[in-house]
Amino acid sequence: MDDLYRAISDPTRRAILDELVERDGQTLFELCGRLTMKHGIGSSRQAISQHLEVLEAAGLVIAKKEGRCKFHWFDGEPLSAIAERWPAKR
Amino acid sequence: MRISGCSVMVDDQAKALKFYTEVLGFQTKHNIDLGEHSWITVVSPEDPDGAVVGLEPDVHPAAKTFKAAMVEDGIPFTSFAVDDIEEEHKRLESLGVRFTQPPVDHGTVITAVLDDTCGNLIQIAQEKGQS
Repeated sequence: MDDLYRAISDPTRRAILDELVERDGQTLFELCGRLTMKHGIGSSRQAISQHLEVLEAAGLVIAKKEGRCKFHWFDGEPLSAIAERWPAKR
Repeated sequence: MRISGCSVMVDDQAKALKFYTEVLGFQTKHNIDLGEHSWITVVSPEDPDGAVVGLEPDVHPAAKTFKAAMVEDGIPFTSFAVDDIEEEHKRLESLGVRFTQPPVDHGTVITAVLDDTCGNLIQIAQEKGQS
């Protein structure tokens, strides 16, 4: 669980998840373009790549190679553990 | 000093010439047999005296490593200008071209990224307010 909380504690990583929710299955290049143009996040590709690794470790992003390209997909499943731990209604 | 053109490193010159002319729609400007390889350039029919794109063999040992790393991260090697990117995206998809990024609006420019089938990704870009 610590991985999950750490993953969503960072605003850049939350923006990455926002962009993947808008369009799932993006390359690193597309994600970086969207983060720069829409969120004003000018981090290097290396930095974004490291953010993606943190999100992957938390299970929130799945990276898959299709052909020679690597695409990134959102998986919201780990987040359900938060709602189970602290339900909105008891 | 002027920019006369640029080149892309392709894994197969014959296949590349077919893709860059028959699919992308460029015209052959030079195709000179040099033995094992050829000197091949293409130009846009919209600007036949303009910049050329050379289709060079990716025979240097480092070229394939470089290309694979760029493609894995979805990074295009170069970019071509189009007037109507939605139209071009539709046209190329109907010809079986694989896009790794559909048209994305970046405010002043709309870009998309396609696979040239020769080991490169190519960006196409429409400057807004042009079409």
